Order: sequence, then structure tokens, then C-alpha cells
Amino acid sequence: MPLSCLGVDPAMCVDCNCGQPVPAANESPRHLELGQRLLLHNDAQAAANREHFAAAGVRVINLLSSPGSGKTALLERLARELAPSSAAVRHPMAVIVGDLATDNDARRLRAAGVPALQITTGQACHLEAAMVHRALHELDHLGHPLAGLELLVIENVGNLVCPAAFDLGESQRVVLLSVTEGEDKPLKYPATFHSADVVVISKSDLAEACGFDAPQARRHVALVAPKARIVEVSARTGAGIATLLAALGLERVPVAG
Amino acid sequence: MDAVRQQALEQAALHGARRISAITLRVGSLAGVEIEALRLAHTVVMADTIAADSRLVIEVVSAECFCAACGQPFPARDGCCDCPRCGRISRELLRGKELQLASLELD
Repeated sequence: MPLSCLGVDPAMCVDCNCGQPVPAANESPRHLELGQRLLLHNDAQAAANREHFAAAGVRVINLLSSPGSGKTALLERLARELAPSSAAVRHPMAVIVGDLATDNDARRLRAAGVPALQITTGQACHLEAAMVHRALHELDHLGHPLAGLELLVIENVGNLVCPAAFDLGESQRVVLLSVTEGEDKPLKYPATFHSADVVVISKSDLAEACGFDAPQARRHVALVAPKARIVEVSARTGAGIATLLAALGLERVPVAG
Repeated sequence: MDAVRQQALEQAALHGARRISAITLRVGSLAGVEIEALRLAHTVVMADTIAADSRLVIEVVSAECFCAACGQPFPARDGCCDCPRCGRISRELLRGKELQLASLELD
């Protein structure tokens, strides 16, 4: 006899609005089909971050690369090139830096006049949306509210594997590949390159010395990142920086001609 | 793997389970997750939970693209999106980025 006929109201399902009673506990063993996205909690926090960024009108870049690809040098260069676009923007850019240890990168950036906050992740090999959320509060406490920024760069932990799976709420994901790493690196880390909106080939001033085959590198990037824009830059000489700014939606007003 | 533990334990609690005997994950070949690392982490992360003795089953979803020129799907081997028939690079990834808690076996 159903429980309801005995005047007992079984607990109802709150999972899917099916209106059915929850299957009785302790019926063993049973198979529970879920098909639930993993990283639900990270994705929810990333969506909240994204809303927060949109409300503040700030562009946010999640910057991924191997260690030593020139992320920090590129950011130092971008900071020099970006002048405040309007009176409302106090700092054109700020940076949140993720590293396993040390705050060397944040100190380098601050020396270049860029508000920078270091997140030391300890054992975590990637940043998660909640860490970024906490960092935003800290930036705010340090006197750098989001609304006063044009660009926020999240410099992820140097790693081409784990950060790919974690949405941080960014507007664009930028993957950096330096000419010293070789043309086949994209083929070795396809998942990370697949997630890129922009692929930056950095240290282009060293290309000749390294015997770097740029057309082949571009072909490799196109195979594993078919939707990404590819920009070659040199933080040292400034070559390609204007193209990169345009790819990031930060182009300066062109000179009328 | 923390996400696997958290979401699996949440679902088990919601369904009044005493024990999780198996956890099945669906992982795309382009999800950015190392399968071996998941397996290694599983025993460590699940220790001292009701999933401590659970089996970890991983269904790998191979990446697949669609070639607009040929009008047909093709496997994106090693994540490369060049069509094996015509050589054009596809911009349409049909599958391969899945990262799901597919199912649980509960006692």
C-alpha cells in the first residue's frame, strides 16, 4: 500500500520539480544518474564575478602560460602603453597575480606603477573563481575599486594544464607562448589552447636567435585554437603591442587621417 | 577532485545514502583534466568520507569537430581540428569539453 494511503506524506522531490516522492532511503544498492556539471560551485562564483565585472565596466583577462613565458614583462609593457582613457579611470589597469609562492611578480608590477595583488596558492596549481572574488575585496580595501579600472588582468599560476578548466569570470582568456618554448607547444597542451580567445606569441624579438618558425607556430595554434586570434608581440621592443590592445578591445582612438 | 567530493557527498546526503560505492565521471579529452591525476587524487580526497571505498569510473569523451565543407563530423585527434577529408580547420567543436559527475552507485 502506498504511504500516502496510510495518511503518511512521503518527502517530495526537491531536485527536479518532478512532483514525485523521494525514493526511500536505504534501498540498496541504487544507481543515481546525475549528468551534473562538475565545478558547479566554481562556475556559480565565476558567473557572479562576471556580473560584478560587467557592472563595474572593467575588462578582465585571464592570462595563462608556462612559467617563464614573459607574462609579467608583457604586463609591465601594457601598463606603459595604456594611459587612462577618461577622467573616471584612475588606473588603466590592475593585476591579480597567482603564484605558488613569493610575491616577486606583484612587486615587479607595483614598481612599474601597476596596482598588483599577489595570491599565493600554496599547493594549488591554478586559480579558482572564489580566490579571485576574495582578491577583488582586497584590491578594494587597498584603494583600487573595480570601477576605477579599465583593465584587470588575472595572471594565473604558470601552468598549461590545470587552469584551463576553471572559469574565473573573465571577459577573455589569453594564452601566452614564447618563441623560446618552440613551435610545437600548442600541440602538447591542446585543452588549454582550445580555451583561448587570444594566443600571444611573446618574445618575438628573440625569434631569429631561437630559429623560431613563426608560420609553423601559427599553423599549430590554429589547429588547437581555431577560434583564437594570434598576435606576435615583443614586450622589449613594443612590436605588436598595438595589435594586442586592439584584440583585447582596448584600442586607443586612432589618429584621424 | 575537491569538486567531485563536494558534489558527490551533497547528492548522497540528499538521497539519504549511507555509502557511495562507485562514482562515474564523464571527462572530455579537451576538458583540461588529467585522468591519471584524478585517479591519484580520488583515494586521498575521499578518505574519511562515505565514499572512502568507492570505485572511480571515468568515461572519456573523445573530441569531435564538424566540418562545414564536408558536412560531416570527424574525430579531433590530439585536439587538432583539421578535417581528415579536406584538411580545412573546423571552428565547430561538437564534444570533448565535458566535465560531469555522470552517476553514483549508492548503498
